Amino acid sequence: MTPTLSIRNLTVDIPTRHGTLRPVQDVSYDIAQGEILGVVGESGAGKSMAGNAVIGLLNPPAHIASGEIHLNGTRIDHLQGDDMRRLRGQQIGMVFQDPLTSLNPLLKIGDQLTETMLAHLDISQSEARKRAIAALEEVGIPGAAQRVDSYPHEFSGGMRQRVVIALALCAEPSLIIADEPTTALDVSVQAQIIALLKRLCRDRGTAVMLITHDMGVIAEAADRVAVMYAGQLTELGAVRDVLTAPLHPYTDGLMGSTPLASRGKARLHQIPGAMPRLDALPDGCAFHPRCPRAQADCVRNPGPTLSDGQGRAACFHPLVREDVA
Amino acid sequence: MVDTPLPPDAPIAVKDPSRLRLALQSDFIYQFKRSPVAVVSFAITLLLVLSAIFAPLIAPYDPFDPGSLNLMNGFSAPMTPNAFTGDSFWLGTDDQGRDVFSTILYGMRISLFVGAAAVAFAMVLGITLGLLAGYVGGWTETIIMRIADVQLTFPSILVAMLIFGVAKGVTPVEYRDQMAIWVLIIAIGLSDWVQFARVVRGATLVEKNKEYVAAAKLIGRTGPAIMMRHILPNVLSPVLVIATISLALAIIAEATLSFLGVGAPPTQPSLGTLIRIGQGFLFSGEWWILLFPALTLLTLALSVNLLGDWLRDALNPRLR
Amino acid sequence: MLAYIIQRVGQSALVLLIVGLVAFSMFRFVGDPIDNMLGQERTQEDIDRLRGQLGLDQPFVMQYVKFLGGAVQGNFGVSYRQGRPVSEILLERAPATLELAAVSGFLAISIGIGLGVFTAIRRNGITANVIMSASLIGVSLPTFLIGILLIYLFSVELGWLPSFGRGETVQVGGWSTGFLTETGLKALILPSITLGLYQMTLIMRLVRSEMLEVLRQDYIRFARARGLRERAVNFRHALKNTLVPVITVTGLQLGSIIAFAIITETVFQWPGVGLLFINAIQFVDIPVMAAYLMLISVMFVGINLIVDLLYFAIDPRLRVDRTGGH
Repeated sequence: MTPTLSIRNLTVDIPTRHGTLRPVQDVSYDIAQGEILGVVGESGAGKSMAGNAVIGLLNPPAHIASGEIHLNGTRIDHLQGDDMRRLRGQQIGMVFQDPLTSLNPLLKIGDQLTETMLAHLDISQSEARKRAIAALEEVGIPGAAQRVDSYPHEFSGGMRQRVVIALALCAEPSLIIADEPTTALDVSVQAQIIALLKRLCRDRGTAVMLITHDMGVIAEAADRVAVMYAGQLTELGAVRDVLTAPLHPYTDGLMGSTPLASRGKARLHQIPGAMPRLDALPDGCAFHPRCPRAQADCVRNPGPTLSDGQGRAACFHPLVREDVA
Repeated sequence: MVDTPLPPDAPIAVKDPSRLRLALQSDFIYQFKRSPVAVVSFAITLLLVLSAIFAPLIAPYDPFDPGSLNLMNGFSAPMTPNAFTGDSFWLGTDDQGRDVFSTILYGMRISLFVGAAAVAFAMVLGITLGLLAGYVGGWTETIIMRIADVQLTFPSILVAMLIFGVAKGVTPVEYRDQMAIWVLIIAIGLSDWVQFARVVRGATLVEKNKEYVAAAKLIGRTGPAIMMRHILPNVLSPVLVIATISLALAIIAEATLSFLGVGAPPTQPSLGTLIRIGQGFLFSGEWWILLFPALTLLTLALSVNLLGDWLRDALNPRLR
Repeated sequence: MLAYIIQRVGQSALVLLIVGLVAFSMFRFVGDPIDNMLGQERTQEDIDRLRGQLGLDQPFVMQYVKFLGGAVQGNFGVSYRQGRPVSEILLERAPATLELAAVSGFLAISIGIGLGVFTAIRRNGITANVIMSASLIGVSLPTFLIGILLIYLFSVELGWLPSFGRGETVQVGGWSTGFLTETGLKALILPSITLGLYQMTLIMRLVRSEMLEVLRQDYIRFARARGLRERAVNFRHALKNTLVPVITVTGLQLGSIIAFAIITETVFQWPGVGLLFINAIQFVDIPVMAAYLMLISVMFVGINLIVDLLYFAIDPRLRVDRTGGH
């Protein structure tokens, strides 16, 4: 069965006066129908940039330099203008980090919902309004029939993120890109939003690219996880495998620095140093200066590339686990 | 406040180095050299200012000396010998035979003098009132800033016109022409102090709560001394930027008022007066009487304006 | 919201009172009204009688209150120069200025917003850059020079349009309008462009910078991500948000148009209140100056008030009770 989203050797370039930056380098992964793929990494690792590339919202001068993106078997990375626009919202929905700033403060949320539906679906104004109310009910907004005429500022942060999710889903896309959907929310609300996103996507069979730096969110929501470091994919696998038995030293370090209830009272570690800046990437494997397992070949040769379905960790000297085949 | 008295040799809390001085030392000059707009506009401004200052030395004629005037030379076209006298003038002559080039130099002198004096007046007034409002606070602040708000509601050119009219009213008739220049300076200056006061007050409010001011109070400095020595240097760079932009505006304001006939008198013509005179010959074909003063005014205003713009970007105080 | 409106109305009234005080002081202290109204041959008796008549023997505050009372009824005394009631002269002149200001204001707002949006959306295009550079010159060019330039081009060289006056006017009720005759409309073209150009460039530059700011916002990205048409993103989402800050400045600019009309009216010998005011300054005709000041203030304050109320219409965040929401 064709995966909903298939990214192959995606590379994004940003030409600047001081040379070309490469925030996404040779990244490949698939997301199957109904699957939630968590994409994790530190800020600047290229996880959001890859999402923006998929939905065609890279800020110029950033652009896709090479690679292919397929949505439901159709190549979409070269689409321009109106063709790409029709895809957005209808085929790919997006949820942004900050619900306080992603809704237009001057338009009623009902109007923002109906305009989205009318842009993609061949329905009447009144039908769109009916569906808008239904959509709000579905994301758990109490009193949706009245609230549809409210302005964004009349909702709390968590409620607004529910509205944003309703907006992203209202034209029934087959893929949702959720970019840090819970980061700006209160901790108490985060779990609710994640549960909501999970439920809605399961019900509709929507594929989800869940971009986050929060391992807790990944553990709770994702089926598989892709770990990114300095623009490259470092590890890709089922959540349970990657979280409990990481193979890449970077994932290992990342797990060691994340408090997880499942690992009890183990000490938190931190990875020494910081992720290199894009204009100062080291030779060889990008992680080698911080890697406890680095050897001479890591310094000399660029790190191996992970392709979907082939291997789990992009590393010359992965951790050895007995329980991994 | 600090409870324990400072020992006599305790270092006073480190004072922020003046932003202006920092900028001058570091990359201010470097940035200046890198910006062609800044260099060119500065050069043109400097050239115009110098030729205004040394007008009596540069100008081929003294347009205000009736002895040197020959009515026969009237309406000479630029670079063309006069039909009656055979005299040739660079930029031609006006109806009374005055050399246009010379009148422009002298006119620019008056324009620049009025502009600079008005800005200086506005600056002193604005800084004083701004410091007072920010440092003293209370009623003083309320009254000063309320007046500023009301005045800001009206365009400054209108305020200047009103002040000019009133001042003219209180000046005895026989002194009106003589006093016109000074009245003009006061009118433009009074219409322009608010910006200075606002910026200075804002900066004062920030500075007066800093440690070094508290320290200065502690060692017994008085209010005025603190304001002059400690707070004033910190507001100099935004004030410099406003002053430059104000200068361009003041030059245009002066020209506008004079053009409208409510500014510099015909006996002491500024660029605006010259344009007013020149407009009268627009239809009869003596275009040079109007064109050259207008071009001079334009060049002057534009180069000072561009310089101000660049200065604002270079010093980058939080200005709008 | 009601409290806010009441507060704003109160502030406006305060401004008007202060301006009234200024106008009254001009009236009272600049030049002696007695000198101005009585000739050389006057007796002490005449002077005392006139003082009594004018109320000059009353306390200052009483005189001020009486002045305000008169001003509210449109009574500003008699012009020293023309010997006619000031209100009559003003009424006669007002239509010319208001028509000129209305046309200029309309040009400034419509073209200013249009070009501002255009240069913001096409910010890297050649046309947009040319417009922006031209506007820089427009800001530095004094209004009166623009007027002279236009007269030179279209009246002297091309001979297409008149260089002065209003053309033929038609009386409609008490209002003399230039809108209804061909010469009247032709005469409006150059002065209204002259008057509107500066405000137009200001509005354009403001709209552009505000719009560029808005286009960077998350909700615009989100609107794009939802697949809305570019036109809907630019106009429905971005423009509406741009207009909120633009409205204040634009309101103030409209007020300035009436004030700046003084310059344009002088250049084009346009028979409006501005020209009247300039003549009043030249001849120190204090009652006319005071009346003009009051008239302009009322307009300014009124415009400011309307602008504040417009905020409520356009920005729903202001309409709610501050204690509510989240």
